[in-house]
Amino acid sequence: MSKLLPREQITAALEAANTNNKVALVPFITAGYPDKDAFISTLKAIATEGDVVEIGVPFSDPMADGVTIQRSSHAAIAAGVSLHWILDELTAAEDLGAPVVLMSYLNPLLAFGYEALAKQCIAAGVCGFIVPDLPWEESAEFRAVMDKYGLALVQLVTPVTPDDRLEMLCKGSQGFVYAVTITGITGGDVALPPTVTDYLDQVKSHTSVPVCAGFGVRHASQVENLGHHANGVIVGSALVEQLEAGADPAPFLRDLRS
Amino acid sequence: MQVDITPQQGAELLARLINNELPDKHGRYGPFGGCYAPETLVPALSRLADNVYRYLADDDFMAHLDQQLSTWVGRPTALTHAQGLSKRWGAEVYLKREDLAHTGAHKINNALGQALLAQEMGAKRVIAETGAGQHGVATAAACARVGIPCTVYMGAVDIQRQAPNVDRMHQLGARVVAVESGDKTLRAAIDEAFRNWVADPDGSYYLLGSAVGPHPYPYLVQRLQSVIGSEARSQILDQTGSLPDVAIACVGGGSNAIGLFHPLLADESIALLGVEAGGHGPALGDNSATLAAGKPGVLHGSYSVLLYDNDGQIQDTHSVSAGLDYPGVGPEHSLLQALGRVNYVSATDTDALNALQECCAAEGILPALESAHALAGARAWAKDNQGKAILIGLSGRGDKDMPTLSQHIPSPLGEDKGARADD
Repeated sequence: MSKLLPREQITAALEAANTNNKVALVPFITAGYPDKDAFISTLKAIATEGDVVEIGVPFSDPMADGVTIQRSSHAAIAAGVSLHWILDELTAAEDLGAPVVLMSYLNPLLAFGYEALAKQCIAAGVCGFIVPDLPWEESAEFRAVMDKYGLALVQLVTPVTPDDRLEMLCKGSQGFVYAVTITGITGGDVALPPTVTDYLDQVKSHTSVPVCAGFGVRHASQVENLGHHANGVIVGSALVEQLEAGADPAPFLRDLRS
Repeated sequence: MQVDITPQQGAELLARLINNELPDKHGRYGPFGGCYAPETLVPALSRLADNVYRYLADDDFMAHLDQQLSTWVGRPTALTHAQGLSKRWGAEVYLKREDLAHTGAHKINNALGQALLAQEMGAKRVIAETGAGQHGVATAAACARVGIPCTVYMGAVDIQRQAPNVDRMHQLGARVVAVESGDKTLRAAIDEAFRNWVADPDGSYYLLGSAVGPHPYPYLVQRLQSVIGSEARSQILDQTGSLPDVAIACVGGGSNAIGLFHPLLADESIALLGVEAGGHGPALGDNSATLAAGKPGVLHGSYSVLLYDNDGQIQDTHSVSAGLDYPGVGPEHSLLQALGRVNYVSATDTDALNALQECCAAEGILPALESAHALAGARAWAKDNQGKAILIGLSGRGDKDMPTLSQHIPSPLGEDKGARADD
C-alpha cells in the first residue's frame, strides 16, 4: 500500500475515530503557551487523547479570535515563539502519533515564504493548514504550493455562508471541513444555537471529507450533541484555559468524549 | 519592496487607476488590495461591495449625499492662501481647509457617506474604530444625523491622549468601548471592531474610517474622500488660474491623502507628496513610516505595505499623532508608491510639533497633529523648491490634541518668568 499523503493522513485519522464509534477530537493549543519549554510534552499529552492535533501559530493581530487566544498569542510571541521555532521543535521531536495541522494567520506564512514553509512542514510532519484570514478567492497561490506537497488547506465554513458558496468550499476543502458553529469569534461560552445541527447536516451533505465543528466547544454535552452531526469537534480556548490553570490536559479531553 | 512592476505595466496601471478601472473586480490595485477577511465576513463584504457599486452610481443617492455635504457638513471647505507661511517658506502656500468641515476633519466626508449607505442597506447598528477620535466623532455625528445607534472602538492609549474627542462621542450618543488588547491604539481598535462585526455580520454595518481594509473599503473611502481633491483643484484654478506644482498630505492609513491625490493623478504637472509619521526616528518601532520602511504583507484584510518583523508579526509603532500611529497603509498608496506617482517621505514628531506652532503663529490656524506632518513635509519641500505653488491638505483641526500639546509644548503660563527675563 502506498504511503498516504499528509492531507490524507488527517482524513484517515478522523475517520479511524469514527470507525471506533467515537466522535473525533481535535485539540488546539497555542504553540509554546503557557510554557515554552513544555511545548512538545504538552503536544504529546494532547496527541494521546486527540485524533488530530491543531497548533496555533501566534500572531500579533488575531482578528478572528476571542480573548483567550489573544492572550495566549501575545504571551507566546513575547516568549519568543515563532513559526520557525515551532517547525524546528516539531522536526526535532519524535512522532506524536497524531497528524498535526497548523492554524496560522496569513502574514507569518507570507513572511516565511510558501515554498520553504511547505518543505519544512514535510520535514516536521505537519500535514496541513487552517488560515482564518485567507478566503477561497485569495488562496490560489498558497493552495498550489500545498497541492505540490500533498498538504491540506482546510476551508472554514460558517452558519452565514450562503448555500452555493458552502458547496464550493466543502468541495475545495482538504483533510476536513472546519465548520464554525457560531457567528462570532473563538472562545465564547454561549449555548450553541439550536440550528447548528441542521447546518452541520447540510455541510456534511456537500463533502466527502470529514466535518469538524469548532468555536465555543467547552462541554461534554456539546461534544455529544455535535457528534451526532459532525465527524469531529475542535476544542481550543477551553483547552488553552485548562493549560493556563496548570491542569493536566489529558483528563479534561478524555472527559469531553465520555 | 518585493513587488516587481515593469514600466509598461506601471503606465497601464496608472491609466486604469485614473480611469477608475481599479480596483478590479477582485479588489486589486495591481498586486495590492484584495479581500483577506475571515470567512464569516465574506458574504457581508460581498454584499457591501454590491451596494457600494450600486449606490455610488445612483444619481438620487449621490444627490442626497451632495446636499447633506453642503448643508450639514459645510462643503465646499475653504481653500486658504497661507500668506504668512508663503512668506516664511518662499513659496505660494494654499491650505485645503478640512479643519473647517463639520466635526473638524475630513473624516466626516467618509462617515456621512457610509452612514447614508448603512441606512440604505437597512443596518441596525454601526460599528467603527477610531485612532485620533476624529473618525469616531464623525461617525457618532453622522449616525446621530441618520438615526442609527453607533459603537466606537478606541484603544485605551488613544482614549488617554485624545480625551476631548471621547467626551464628544459620548455627547453625540455613541457608545465608546476602550480596547485593552494588543497595542491599545488604532491597530488594536480595528482588530476589535472586526471581531465585533464577525459576531453580527448581517445586522451591523462596519464603518471603516481609513482607506485600508478588505475590498471594497479602500475604494469606497477613496470615492467619498475625493471631494477634497476635486474641490481643491477647481478652487486653486479659480484663485490662481493655474494648478499647483505639488500637493502634499499626511499619510497614516491614507484617507485624506488619497482623497486629495486621486483627483489629481491625471495632472502630470502636479508632483504628489505623502508625509508619514517619522516618530522619534528611523529605528524600527520608533515611527509609523510604513511606506519608507515596510514590505508587502496582509493585515486587516488587504495586501499592502506593512511594518512587520522577520516572523510576520506586525510591528508596534510610534507617533505623537494618534491618527498616523498605524503600521499599515491603504493599498492604493502602495501601488502609487510602486508606480512612482507619489513620493512618500516622513516628518518626525519634532518636525510636526514645530510646523504646528508655525502654522498657529503665521496663519492663526491650529492644525491637527496629523495635518502638521503635511505642513512639516511642505516646509522641507519648499526649501528645495523656492517660489513654487504648494497645495497642502490640512486634514483637521488641533483642538483634540490639546492634552498632547500641553505635554510637549510648555504653556506660556509656565514660562512667565523666562519670558519676562527676555523682555
